[in-house]
Amino acid sequence: MTDQAKPRPEFRNINIFKDVRTYRLPVAAKVSILHRISGMIMFVLLPFVFWMFDTSLSSEISFATFKSAFNEGLGFIPGWFIKLATLGLIWGYLHHLCAGVRHIMIDMNHERITKQWGASSAVTVLVVSIGLTVVLGAKLFGLY
Amino acid sequence: MSSVNYGTKRIVTGAHYGARDWLVQRATAVLIVVFTVVVLAQLLFSKGAISYELWAGIFAPQWMKFITASVIVSMLWHAWVGVRNVWMDYVPAAGLRFTLQVLTIVWLVGCGAWGFEVLWRV
Repeated sequence: MTDQAKPRPEFRNINIFKDVRTYRLPVAAKVSILHRISGMIMFVLLPFVFWMFDTSLSSEISFATFKSAFNEGLGFIPGWFIKLATLGLIWGYLHHLCAGVRHIMIDMNHERITKQWGASSAVTVLVVSIGLTVVLGAKLFGLY
Repeated sequence: MSSVNYGTKRIVTGAHYGARDWLVQRATAVLIVVFTVVVLAQLLFSKGAISYELWAGIFAPQWMKFITASVIVSMLWHAWVGVRNVWMDYVPAAGLRFTLQVLTIVWLVGCGAWGFEVLWRV
């Protein structure tokens, strides 16, 4: 045995208070936990989704309410807050979609189950989802 | 793990639903993506600001209501599989987990019914 790699820390049971700060996730694991977080965000915001569906579709008057909610706010809820929730939905949907497509690609061709493909596809997911979020978010907040 | 699997020691997970959930998760996901593309395409290929007529017009035809209704069900089912997995992974206490699962169903079914009501109002 020559030139052994220096021993790496071994985690058997991660403690949320002790280990999480020093435990470094590989990029594929980051995409994985974000897949979960983005799903839970959309689950929690589901009534907001159906409120938007309702308000935008029900009538011309409610459509106007829908539009003004994003600018002037709605009742005690300021417009920026509604935009922020929408931004959360946009990122959540995009990340969840891209990470889901990655899963289906792995399912369709098992030769993709390698460390290399796992890492490179995870980077692609982050680049595409965050890139599109920035583009759509800038539009949402009226930057162009 | 104890070999006893009855009474209070009974294991309340593992009923061979893994493969079905796996397939449902993918089938519903594809439906939701197709729906997204169908709606987005109609918005992107329109000119100018999105008017109420355009937006409501997308959901007016019966075939669109047909598709949207099954996409709402797909969303609820998809969310159920995912959220239940989250509870199963992070909430080991069976009573609390069960409570959360029931509340999840209430949350999802309530939202879905709301969606149906809106859909047939247009």
